[in-house]
Amino acid sequence: MSDYTGVRGRRWFEALTGSAAPMSGDPASALVADAELGGEMARFAAVVPDPQGLFPRARQGEVGLEQAYALAARVREMIAMDRDRIRRPLIAIVDVKSQAYGRREEMAAIYMAGAAAVDAYATARMEGHPVIALIVGHAFSGAFLAHGYQANRILAFDDPGVVIHAMHKEAAARITRRSLLELDRLGKQIAPLSYDIRDYATLGLLHALLHVENPETPQPGEVQMVRAQLIAAVKDTRVGPRDLSCRLTSAQAQTARRATLLVRRKLEEQWAEV
Amino acid sequence: MTDWRFLQRKSFIELSGRERAQALFDAGTARELLGPHDRIESPWLERQGVTPQADDGCVICKGLIGGEAAVVVAIDGAFQGGSIGEVSGAKMCAALDLAVRDNQRGNKMSAVLLIETGGVRLQEANLGLAAIAEIQASILALRRYAPVIAVTAGTVGCFGGMSLAAGLASYMVMTREARLGMNGPEVIEQEAGVDEFDASDRALIWAIHGGEQRYRMGLVDALVDDDTAQVVSAVRTLIAKGLPAMHRSQQVEMLRERTRRLDPSTQWEPAEFCATWTRGEKA
Repeated sequence: MSDYTGVRGRRWFEALTGSAAPMSGDPASALVADAELGGEMARFAAVVPDPQGLFPRARQGEVGLEQAYALAARVREMIAMDRDRIRRPLIAIVDVKSQAYGRREEMAAIYMAGAAAVDAYATARMEGHPVIALIVGHAFSGAFLAHGYQANRILAFDDPGVVIHAMHKEAAARITRRSLLELDRLGKQIAPLSYDIRDYATLGLLHALLHVENPETPQPGEVQMVRAQLIAAVKDTRVGPRDLSCRLTSAQAQTARRATLLVRRKLEEQWAEV
Repeated sequence: MTDWRFLQRKSFIELSGRERAQALFDAGTARELLGPHDRIESPWLERQGVTPQADDGCVICKGLIGGEAAVVVAIDGAFQGGSIGEVSGAKMCAALDLAVRDNQRGNKMSAVLLIETGGVRLQEANLGLAAIAEIQASILALRRYAPVIAVTAGTVGCFGGMSLAAGLASYMVMTREARLGMNGPEVIEQEAGVDEFDASDRALIWAIHGGEQRYRMGLVDALVDDDTAQVVSAVRTLIAKGLPAMHRSQQVEMLRERTRRLDPSTQWEPAEFCATWTRGEKA
């Protein structure tokens, strides 16, 4: 697992949209743009570092109050714009360090900001916008919940710098009283603990793993390939259900999430009885 | 003078998750589903040296509340700090999805989530996080038909990804003893240092995360005493009320505007903060 560099989100946002600036009134750390994708307009969103950000604990690629509300507002704006026409795709480009850990954030109820972003993304999905998450770097914990985890389809780069997890390795080691080596060893045996994207892929939550040589420097051919994959995912989404059921019907989930499927089957049986 | 009425109260906080869930229903109507006898345990804990529990710390009961059909899902803070694992998360999510189906078939079914949790169970990491994303999706799906009521009574509180789930609920019920926030004080102290958050300062913690402050901020619909009768009454009233005109997590412009009023260049005192936040308006 490599450290968070904070450059990937911005570079892929630029490569896919040709834009590098936030929309008027939004913080510089919340990039949103409409750009062509497969012959239609799509809305792209990314959270990126901004060393000059207003909130000191949300300057290095964290999802804080401003970022979460900006995402929620721009996604809701898109839903309102497309109410009477074909719903445009929404692409979340994900490279987020974590949620913002700060006293100010807690006082101002950052959980509500996160909930507002989750609500907006899920509402877009339920309203028929194909919502695709493209994970180009880190996707941690509350930050990923607020930006990407409500997507119909999740695509990720097959790269050691791509990490999806509930908690940073150092913090997880401290709290579970394990050494970093022990965490690595356990991750090899227990897939949900692993920090390796290939182990994450065995859980059945991903739609596809994409390979690029170096995600920090997108090459024209790679951008083209990623666009083609996004277009295919959008197409796939438009003919499928608007919920997250594909995460449970995937081939990998039949093994990795056996307990989840057992719970669902048994509860359905008992539900009918009372 | 001491108010001795508290002696007649029956504490809600002292109840187990199962007792809390059952206490909410009209007498004789509660039926537990996927109970301990079904023995659906976490498949991940034993090989990490943790003894699993037959209900994985999650209790599902179905029945009537104030005469209306409802499902209650209680996360028991006593098992692994109420952490969300694959099984406990799947239980909550599946119950919400079946409630959606009932509503779609024309049978109204509300949900009450009793949440005491620090968030994802780290022994199940990515499957806990995935379950929370799915729970959030299911709360939002159910909320289109019937109210989802979140209750955090204490003492664990509601933190991590589940705090976002609570933020999606139609209504929030808290006691003064309960806490609600994304990151707990210990986590912030670890990540940002003791100057940012002194996790030993209990007065500060409750002034920020406590039920009373959340209520003053307009983020809680019912602030109740640690009294089972009061919790039951609040839940009944909210179920009877039906869906709100607008859910809290949809009120993005209002919440964003309130955040814009704040001056992030300094730390804030909780009391002053509250005045700036509300400016006398109600959320």
